[in-house]
Amino acid sequence: MNTFDFLMQGLSVALDPAMLLYALIGVTLGTAVGVLPGIGPALTVALLLPVTYGLDPAGSLIMFAGIYYGGMYGGSTTSILLNTPGESASIVTALEGNKMARAGRGGPALATAAIGSFVAGLVATILLALVAPTVVKLALVFGPRDYFALMVLAFVTVSSAFGDSARKGLISLFVGLSLALVGIDQLTGQARLSFGVPQLLDGVEVTTLAVALFAVGEALFIAGRRSAADDQVIAVKGSVWMTARDWSRSWKPWLRGTAIGFPIGAMPAGGADIATFLSYAAEKRASPHPEEFGHGAIEGVAGPEAANNASAAGTLVPLLTLGLPTTATAAIMLAGFQQFGLQPGPLLFATNPQLVWGLIASLLIANLMLLVLNLPLIGLWVRLLTIPRPWLYAGILVFATLGTIGANPSPVELSMLLIFGVMGYGMRLYGYPIAPVVVGLILGPMAEQQLRRALSISQGDLTTLVASPVAATLLALAALALIVPLILRARGKGAVLSQLASDED
Amino acid sequence: MTRPAPRTRRPDGATLIVALILAAVAVVIWRDAARLPQAGGYAGVGPADVPRWIALGLGALSLWSAVEAFRQGRAAREPQNTGPILWIVGGLAAQLALLATAGFSIATGLLFAATARAFGKRNLALTVPLGIAFALMVYLVFAGLLQLALPAGPLERLVWSLLRGAPE
Repeated sequence: MNTFDFLMQGLSVALDPAMLLYALIGVTLGTAVGVLPGIGPALTVALLLPVTYGLDPAGSLIMFAGIYYGGMYGGSTTSILLNTPGESASIVTALEGNKMARAGRGGPALATAAIGSFVAGLVATILLALVAPTVVKLALVFGPRDYFALMVLAFVTVSSAFGDSARKGLISLFVGLSLALVGIDQLTGQARLSFGVPQLLDGVEVTTLAVALFAVGEALFIAGRRSAADDQVIAVKGSVWMTARDWSRSWKPWLRGTAIGFPIGAMPAGGADIATFLSYAAEKRASPHPEEFGHGAIEGVAGPEAANNASAAGTLVPLLTLGLPTTATAAIMLAGFQQFGLQPGPLLFATNPQLVWGLIASLLIANLMLLVLNLPLIGLWVRLLTIPRPWLYAGILVFATLGTIGANPSPVELSMLLIFGVMGYGMRLYGYPIAPVVVGLILGPMAEQQLRRALSISQGDLTTLVASPVAATLLALAALALIVPLILRARGKGAVLSQLASDED
Repeated sequence: MTRPAPRTRRPDGATLIVALILAAVAVVIWRDAARLPQAGGYAGVGPADVPRWIALGLGALSLWSAVEAFRQGRAAREPQNTGPILWIVGGLAAQLALLATAGFSIATGLLFAATARAFGKRNLALTVPLGIAFALMVYLVFAGLLQLALPAGPLERLVWSLLRGAPE
C-alpha cells in the first residue's frame, strides 16, 4: 500500500462518529485554551492525561492532536484583540495584529490568521503524511547509538541553542534530567533517589510537573507582578471578511510561512515560536511596503500564523516516526502514547497503522473544524477574554490540581505540585526556560536506556557512540548547536538568539 | 572574548543561590548513586553511572553559575508583590492539608477562594462558598461521569447519598 491508500484508510477511521466527537472536543478545548492567556496546549494535554486513562487510545490521541492544532489557532485571537499572546507561538502576531485591531481592522486580521492557519495546517498535514513513511524507512536502520545521538541533539536544541543564555537553558535541562532519575531504573530495577518514599518509586508524574510549572508557576508569576498590564479587549468592528487586496497580500505569506514552519517543526530545532520569528523577518524583507510593518501590516499576521500551525504539524514528524518530542506539548503527547502502552516510532507504523494514519487523517478534519470554529464563531471566543482575572486563575488552579489529584491523590503528589510550582515561579522570574525541564523529564530515561543498550552491544566500548556515520553526524551537529551560540553570545551577537527564545508550548 | 564590565561590585544573589542549589542537588544525587550496587553487566554502565554523570553536569553548571554571578554583577529585576503569592501558596497548602479529611470540594474550594483573593476578590465570605460549590460541580462531573478517583469527604458523601436516595 502507498501513502495515499494508508491516508484513505486513516480517513475511514477518522470519520467514525466517535472519532469525530473526540476531534471536535479536542479542537474546541484547544481553541479555548489558546484564547485564554495563562494556559496553553501543553498544560491542557497534561491535565487530560489522567482523565483519558480509561478512554479509547486512538480517540484520546486524536483529541490531544486537536488540542495542539486548536491552541495554535486560538492564540492568534488573544494576540490580535488583547495584545497579550494567548500562547508563546503567537507573540509575533501581537506585533502587527494588535495594531490592525486598533486601526479598526481586527476582522481581517482574525480572518487572515484563521485562513492562514487553515492553509498551513492543510499543506503541512499532507507533507506530514508524505514525509513520515520516508523517515520511518530511514529510522529502521537506526540503532540505539543513533537514537542516543538524536536525543542529545534534541536536548541541545531545546535547551541551549536559542534563548538568552546557554547556561540557563542547560540548567533547566539538567533539572529535568535529575527529576527523570527519580524512581525505579528501567534496566535493573534499582530504586534511585526515592529516599524510601514509596510514592517516589513510580517517578515524577509528567502531569504533576507540567501542571506545577505551567499553571501554578504562571499564576504565581502573574499574581506577583506589580505593574499590571493594560488589558483592554478591542471590539471587532466592521466586517470580518477580507478585501480583495487583503487576499492578494496574504496568500504568499501563508505559503512562505508554511515553507518556513514545517521544516523547523520537523527538525529537532525548537518549537513554533522560532518559526514565527523567522517568518516575520522574512515577510518584512519580502514586503513591498516594509514601512507598514509595526503599524499593522497584514503580512506580519498572515506569515507567522501560518508558520506556527505548519510547525505544529512538523513537530508530529519526529514524534510519530522516531518517538522524539521537540516541544513541551509534543513531550507530553509522547507521555500520552506511553500511557496507553504505545511507543511512537517506526514500529508503530507497522503494528498499529490504523491508529497512526487515523491520527494523521483526523488532523485534516480537525483543521476544517477549526476554520469553522474560528471564523463564524469568533464572537464566542472573544467573550472568553472578558472573564475577570480572579475567576479565570482560580478556575485554572482548580482544574490544574484536579489533574494531579486524579492521577494520584496522595499528599506526596500535592507536595511535589507545590514545590515544583514555586520552582516554576522562580524560573519565570529569573528567566530560566520551562520547556527543557519537561523535555528532560520525558526524554531523559529514554536517552539513558538507548545509551546503556548501545554500550551493552559494544561491551562497554565508548567509541561505539561515534562509530556509525549517523550518530557521528548527529553528535557533531549537537556540538555545533552548543558551541556556535556560545561564541555568538560572547561576541555580543546574542540579541538575535534571545529573540528566538523558545518558550513553553 | 571580551569581558563585560561588571555593573556593580556585588555578585548577583539569585544566580549564587542557583549555584548553591545545583551543588546541593549534585551532592544528593552522587551520594544516592554511591549506595547503588554496581551492576554494569556487559555495558559496564550500571544504574549508578548515569546519575553520576548528571551530578557532574550539575556540578559544572553550579560552578559556571557562581562565576557568572560574580562576573556579571547584580541585575535589576522588577519588584514582586509577596502578598498574592503567599495567598496562592497558602491555598495550595490548605488544599494539601485538608484533602484527605475534608474531601475534594471543601479543600479545592478554599484554594479557589485563596487564588481569587490573590487576584483581588477580597470578599472571602462570598468566594469560599462559591469555590466549594464550583469544586463540588467539578467533582460530580469528573468523579461521577468520568470515573476519576477523587477523594470524597463529608460533603461529597452527603451529595452521593442524596443522589442515590432519589430514584435514578
